[in-house]
Amino acid sequence: MSDAFVSLQDLTLAYGDTVAVPSLNLDIREGELIALLGPSGCGKTTTMRAIAGLMAVQSGRIEIAGRDVTRVPANKRGIGLVFQSYALFPHLTAFENAAFGLRLNRTAQADLVRRTTEALDTVGLGHLSSRRPAEMSGGQQQRLALARSLVMQPKVLLLDEPLSNLDARLRLEMRTELQRLQRETGITMVFVTHDQSEALALADRVVLMRDGVIEQIGTADALYNTPESAFAADFMGFENIFEIENATLKAASGRLPLGFSTDAPCLGWRPGDVHLGDGPFEARVISVAFAGRHREYVLASQLGPIRVDVDIAAPAHGVDAPVRFALPQATARPLRVS
Amino acid sequence: MTSRWPIWLILGLTLTFLIGPFLIIILAGMSAGNSLAFPPDGLSLKWYAKVFTIESFRASFGLSLFLAVFGTLAALIIGIPAAYALNRYDIPGAETIKTAVAAPIIVPGIIVGLALLRYLVVPLDVTIFMALFVAHTALVLPYAVRVVSSSLQNLRSDMEEAAVLLGCTRLQAFTKVVLPNIKGGVLAAFILGFVTSFNEVPVSLFLSGPGVRTMPIDMLSYMEITYDPSVAALSALLAFLCVAIVFTAEKFLGFSRYV
Ligand SMILES: Nc1ncnc2c1ncn2[C@@H]1O[C@H](COP(=O)(O)OP(=O)(O)OP(=O)(O)O)[C@@H](O)[C@H]1O
Ligand SMILES: [Mg+2]
Repeated sequence: MSDAFVSLQDLTLAYGDTVAVPSLNLDIREGELIALLGPSGCGKTTTMRAIAGLMAVQSGRIEIAGRDVTRVPANKRGIGLVFQSYALFPHLTAFENAAFGLRLNRTAQADLVRRTTEALDTVGLGHLSSRRPAEMSGGQQQRLALARSLVMQPKVLLLDEPLSNLDARLRLEMRTELQRLQRETGITMVFVTHDQSEALALADRVVLMRDGVIEQIGTADALYNTPESAFAADFMGFENIFEIENATLKAASGRLPLGFSTDAPCLGWRPGDVHLGDGPFEARVISVAFAGRHREYVLASQLGPIRVDVDIAAPAHGVDAPVRFALPQATARPLRVS
Repeated sequence: MTSRWPIWLILGLTLTFLIGPFLIIILAGMSAGNSLAFPPDGLSLKWYAKVFTIESFRASFGLSLFLAVFGTLAALIIGIPAAYALNRYDIPGAETIKTAVAAPIIVPGIIVGLALLRYLVVPLDVTIFMALFVAHTALVLPYAVRVVSSSLQNLRSDMEEAAVLLGCTRLQAFTKVVLPNIKGGVLAAFILGFVTSFNEVPVSLFLSGPGVRTMPIDMLSYMEITYDPSVAALSALLAFLCVAIVFTAEKFLGFSRYV
């Protein structure tokens, strides 16, 4: 792709003999906000470290702005990285932490103070500039780590779970702040998360990873509504996924007629898409939970546990109540087995 | 509360054995008489004054001070990078290296001294002074590596990576991020090394020659000839010096955290 700003080509990354990421290909456009999403241990941090130059590449190529940087040392790549563990400098104040990079390249004092103050204000730490990291909360430290990278106006900013330590309100604020920053500065951003809602809310494109391999890339809309594999669907909240064979649903306890025909080897339904009340399948309520606008049921059926969300206005069923449900053709999502 | 008395007894005995000799030396040095004795034969400060007039003491104090300061510095210059490498890199045989580094503490000083004399000074014609310098550096090295290692272990390595991404070279990351965060440990290692070197006897015993003697050795040979209270006075002064250094360090650095 010619418009790729960051381009990973057949990238293989290993720790000793253990290959963490085998042959990854990914093109990121300039100014794009990309989310790396995936379960713990799938290689998100490893990929980030390779882009930043902190990890030797076993084979493959990394290009940034059309230039091959595979062998360029980390301090010459102009990439910012916010560490999962913050990695702040404990002997320096918040201000000096943020100003570290500017001091290093001998930025004029007035300029340094202005840019550092600006960055600290952006992340809402202006009033804590003389604190040391040990005197700050986890969320404040995380924001300081972000400010420290932002000050350098990097071409590419990598964020390893940048919002994981913030409370719900701050998280939303920082989300908005990150989006605003990205829009205003046009920095290309890659952020890691294992929270699908965060990835969907923030990113232009979401990269879903699994065991070092990209499972699916797409816009939030594409990933949410049209996951291609059972793994992706599971990650996107399709909690009822079944393998299909000859128009029957395969389950541990036996096969049940699907009621319509399909070519897909696998079908998935979100809890909200299962129809409760009447239908071909019998079940018993295991648990009911109140969730504001709807009730969340878990049913025991011949297909195993079924998760169903039902509008709060509908009549409630108690635990142990016998119910019937249907898996409608209209809301079934065809999937690859994985 | 009467059952507490054994504790008080043990505490009292411990303090007596720890501080007792120190008090005896101070008092013995304050004698008005002419021979080293306890209890002192009257009281005066003349022996404390005399210490400063004995030429050889001045020379040996100078030598010991030089060895303690520069031997320890040399040990730190070797020891800090060594500790860093042992902690940060996957060096094959790191455990063996750690043991080898500790050898000078484990092997009796007499053997180290003899070995240096027999295989360094005699065949290679190295000056006694150089041999002393090497010996003291080697003796202090284990402390330098150990103390610095323990403060490095508490320092996460991702901090250096963060510094590199902000533009540092590996060396700059070390001087700007690692060093400031282990400076307490480095100072503790320096003080420990200083005191160890200054009080060292067995190795230095073998490495002394005309006009080249460390302070403790010089005191020993002085006593062989002149059995007067000036040695006690000098010992007391040196003890005060060491205690003062350690106290200052403790006060400013929380020295005992590192050892
Ligand atoms: N230093 C290391 N040495 C050996 N293996 C490692 C090392 N770091 C990570 N791994 C392995 O590489 C794989 C990818 O790890 P990575 O840290 O990239 O996961 P991650 O997606 O960032 O997970 P998390 O969400 O938990 O941070 C894992 O299987 C992990 O066990
Ligand atoms: Mg990670």
